[in-house]
Amino acid sequence: MSEPISALNGARFDGIARIAEAGLTGMITLRGDLASKPVKAAVAAVTGAKPPGQGQISFGKTGAAGWMSPDELMLFCPYAAAPALLAKAEAALGRAHALAVDVSDARAVFRVDGAAAREVMGKLFPIDFAPGAFEPGRLRRSRMGQIAAAVWMEQDGGFGVICFRSVAGYAFALLKEAATPGSAVGVY
Amino acid sequence: MSTRIAKQGRLIDRSRPVTFTFNGKPMKGFAGDTLASALLANDQVLVGRSFKYHRPRGIVASGAEEPNALVGLGVGARFEPNQRVTTTALFDGLCAVSQNHWPSLEFDIGAVNSALSRFLPAGFYYKTFIHPRAFWKYIYEPVIRQSAGLGKPPKEEDADRYEHFYAFADVLVIGGGVAGLMAAKTAAEAGARVLVLEQSRHWGGRTPVDGGEIDGMAAEDWIAAVVSSLKSMPNVTLRRRCMGAGVYDHGYALGYERLTDHRPGTEGPRHRLWRIRARQIITATGALERPLSFAGNDVPGVMLASAMRDYVVNYGVAPGQRVVVVTNNDDAYRTAITLKQAGVDVLRILDARPTGGGGLMEEARGLGLRVDCGRGVAKVSGGKRVAKLAICAQEGSGAALEEIACDAVAMSGGWSPVVHLWSHCGGKLDWDEAAAMFLPDVARPPVGADGAGFVQTAGAASGVLSLSEGLADATQAGRAAAKACGFKAKKGKLPEVTELGEMPIAPVWLMPASASDELRAKAWLDFQNDVKVSDVQLAAREGYESVEHTKRYTTLGMATDQGKLSNINGLAVLSEALGRAIPQVGTTTFRPPYTPISFGAMAGDARGALFQPVRHTPIQDWHGPHGAEFEPVGQWRRPYAYRRADESLDGAVMREVKNTRQAVGILDASTLGKILVKGPDAGRFLDMIYTNVMSSLAPGKCRYGLMCSENGFLIDDGVVARIDDQTFLCHTTTGGADHIHAHMEEWLQTEWWDWQVYTANVTEQFAQIAVVGPKARAVLERLGGMDVSKTALPFMTWADGSLAGIPVRVYRISFSGELSFEIGVKAGQGKALWDRLIAAGDEFAMMPYGTEALHIMRAEKGFIMIGDETDGTVIPQDLGLNWAISKKKEDFIGKRAQARSHMTDPTRWKLVGLETLDGSVLPDGAYAVAEGVNANGQRNTQGRVSSTYYSPTLGRGIAMGLVLHGPERMGEVLEFPGIDGKTYQARIVDPVVFDKEGEKQNV
Repeated sequence: MSEPISALNGARFDGIARIAEAGLTGMITLRGDLASKPVKAAVAAVTGAKPPGQGQISFGKTGAAGWMSPDELMLFCPYAAAPALLAKAEAALGRAHALAVDVSDARAVFRVDGAAAREVMGKLFPIDFAPGAFEPGRLRRSRMGQIAAAVWMEQDGGFGVICFRSVAGYAFALLKEAATPGSAVGVY
Repeated sequence: MSTRIAKQGRLIDRSRPVTFTFNGKPMKGFAGDTLASALLANDQVLVGRSFKYHRPRGIVASGAEEPNALVGLGVGARFEPNQRVTTTALFDGLCAVSQNHWPSLEFDIGAVNSALSRFLPAGFYYKTFIHPRAFWKYIYEPVIRQSAGLGKPPKEEDADRYEHFYAFADVLVIGGGVAGLMAAKTAAEAGARVLVLEQSRHWGGRTPVDGGEIDGMAAEDWIAAVVSSLKSMPNVTLRRRCMGAGVYDHGYALGYERLTDHRPGTEGPRHRLWRIRARQIITATGALERPLSFAGNDVPGVMLASAMRDYVVNYGVAPGQRVVVVTNNDDAYRTAITLKQAGVDVLRILDARPTGGGGLMEEARGLGLRVDCGRGVAKVSGGKRVAKLAICAQEGSGAALEEIACDAVAMSGGWSPVVHLWSHCGGKLDWDEAAAMFLPDVARPPVGADGAGFVQTAGAASGVLSLSEGLADATQAGRAAAKACGFKAKKGKLPEVTELGEMPIAPVWLMPASASDELRAKAWLDFQNDVKVSDVQLAAREGYESVEHTKRYTTLGMATDQGKLSNINGLAVLSEALGRAIPQVGTTTFRPPYTPISFGAMAGDARGALFQPVRHTPIQDWHGPHGAEFEPVGQWRRPYAYRRADESLDGAVMREVKNTRQAVGILDASTLGKILVKGPDAGRFLDMIYTNVMSSLAPGKCRYGLMCSENGFLIDDGVVARIDDQTFLCHTTTGGADHIHAHMEEWLQTEWWDWQVYTANVTEQFAQIAVVGPKARAVLERLGGMDVSKTALPFMTWADGSLAGIPVRVYRISFSGELSFEIGVKAGQGKALWDRLIAAGDEFAMMPYGTEALHIMRAEKGFIMIGDETDGTVIPQDLGLNWAISKKKEDFIGKRAQARSHMTDPTRWKLVGLETLDGSVLPDGAYAVAEGVNANGQRNTQGRVSSTYYSPTLGRGIAMGLVLHGPERMGEVLEFPGIDGKTYQARIVDPVVFDKEGEKQNV
């Protein structure tokens, strides 16, 4: 069997922030009644986290759960574990009306770290990334340049970004451009 | 002469000399100079030529309002035309060239236009070049274009990079003069998050030049103290060299930051566009001095009084040695005093007011300056610079009382608040008769979504010109803005100000008041576009009553400076000519940006490889090195064909079709949309989405379906696979993936919100590879891992399994009429599977094929293509797809619309095949003509070509088209005139021209 590869195979760039394609990441789209017990159980089964509030991402032992819409979450987990965790989630959902599907290959995941990371993000997303306004646990579905993307802040203060796999090349080039040396804005 | 003086120059660093060139001539300046101050220091008074008459022009202003002094700046990839010298920071090696002259600035042939100016009045072009009509395109326009226009476009690609930045604030303060700083401080001390933008390099605006004491400190010291306290506040962001360019709805504003214009080629972006959301905006944008309209007011050396003062105080430059000051207000006395103190001869102060001014006039007199009240300028003479000035009574027609030889004239017609940003988003204005200015009408501000105002003005922008009133106004604005954001401003003490009282202005719109025709024809309103008092008066006589029409007829205010100096004077002249009050005439519309901003800043990162996102399939990187020539399909780039070294693109397509039909082909079909639909009501939902029945599909099977809009028109098609009892996977067209998913969600969220259905767009989770052709099964069997035999995997079924150890889902579906397997694989393994298939296909002569071969093969089978056979006006019935429209179903989206009389009209054009009599290929989109002509004299039509190709399988052209009563007219011959002049004859035939029984795909 051939080993799976992520969209950009772990590309990296160091500028005023560190940009890295995070590589293979398990992702499960979960749609259902987010307040229901079976959905909460499914979230816990995959991530060990509680369902996030609106505009939030919650972190657990095995992953994280990001709020995508009033009836949709994105569950993050280790790539190799995704099929087994999906089965666990489906077991937890039981007969409840819900949809859980492995979308680990559909998206590219990026990490943006470093002192100027907030400013790099602020060049690309129409979002207030000021300290206090955007802190760990915050997640926004928005756009990055000309593509749809979601962005959140990890517990360590770094940013996570997901976008569709087909535009991973654009996304990486865009992040690189925004992190060009000498381009710090000097506000955050 | 214009020269550097020994003293003053608060903004320049005399220890750091800088060299630059103007029209190739080396010149010297100092760090801190603007290009304008450096040119003046080098006695370069003539800096350009006007647009229409090619009149010699000099620097008039010292800031953003400058109309004349525009230059081409830089060289090669950093050349940029129309750069204002007054806002261009000087740097070592700067290279500027003047514009709009031929052959040279000093000697310009176009200046003959000036001698002919009485024959070139307003509307000249409209009146003169209208006949004969054909002359416009070939003679008039090319000649006029040659003689008109300012800067030259750059020839090379821009070497710099640009970016955007999204910023957020409670209170955005535009303008970093004393009012802006005061407002910012007030709002910030109340706790608001404040962003302050200042267009220049310096804080404090004009105040350090104009003087005055604040809280016992010199203005400059007070400014430094406030800036330092603002800098220390964590809730304040200060940006210099960043112009507030526009104010838009919902507190959106644009800032234009110029980062490396003063040090080109250094690291970092050249410009940054700030895209700001603010809850409240304070425009502390100051005021602009107005010129006076007297004959010869455009001669180089005539300058705004405030600008002349700026050059002396800020840059240590005296724009003249023998200066006459002419004014209608007190402020210009400051210039006279400043000049005198700098050692310049101030020959006379002409005050148009009968009794002159107040304390400042007394101060000037105390310095020994002669003030003549009730006097004005009859005429300024001189070619390329001021030579002499004729004095007249303001109340008169311009008979010269006296002539003075001088080399510069400082003029002041009063001040106009910069209301641009207030007005951008709908703030209204009031005319203040006493102050002779348009003021922001605070009762009618730009309003936000809540109906409350979100913009306030502060300081001179509010129309309060004195320092004390300005600071009080700014404090109030800062307080109100903070309050509107939910903060409570502390009651602070207003700064104490020491200043001289001033006498009121007397409006002077023409000097002298009853100037003769000859003088009015030389009194400029718009310096850049050459509009004179006489032009506006002519427009009024010719019936142009609206200020907007007059603007366009005369071009007043339409130049790159957008009438910053000319608009108020122009509309005052118009109002007098029309005999109506100024407020009745009104202003033209203020539109962003405040001054021109670079295209680079607007584009930001969207250039080169980032111009537009291009979508890549997991297999994309394979295609290019294998000869693929790409075509755009939405934002994807799909291989059109894989061209080999020894063949044409068309030859490649022919080879790919033949090889697929005869052996086996492989296609990257990853772009096809894949939407998962799940839930107890999924079947019911798909029965509504598709025209045919999907709920009856058994798990493991596939079915082709059509989707219509609620108006009945065909919007998408594709194969649905039932995964299990509650789950379907819907394939859409490449272009349909996103909007069909949105279409489904819209119906689920708005109409059938109580149905238990969830959807997920899983298009990009999978790579999809089609292996197509008689030997397709053999290729898959070579990889091994699952049974793909006819019995295990019959036509229109699917199965999960693995190939070469890679988990796959194989669909037995065909878009070509051949034995065909579409293999879905996780995107991360798509390339690996493709490589295995390519290797396995080698012995079967497998070749990749592109979209054109795909199109030809589907057309041979008579399969429709969304976007070819459909165009938003076509219903499935037009395409003979009645078999895919359920008659049993009670409802589906589009059903009711398809029952409308127009949809059931038997004369709707219907799909047929078209076969040319001579085997040639019909032109795409050609129309079949019918007898007679329509009301427009055009040939009647009876059909059109929707798809047309050369079929290598049949060795002739094949086509499909929509034809009136088409299916009933089999065998009839139609005529299709082509744009190549040839008329094509084609017979109506069955659209399926290859393997009608479908035996090949079902093996």
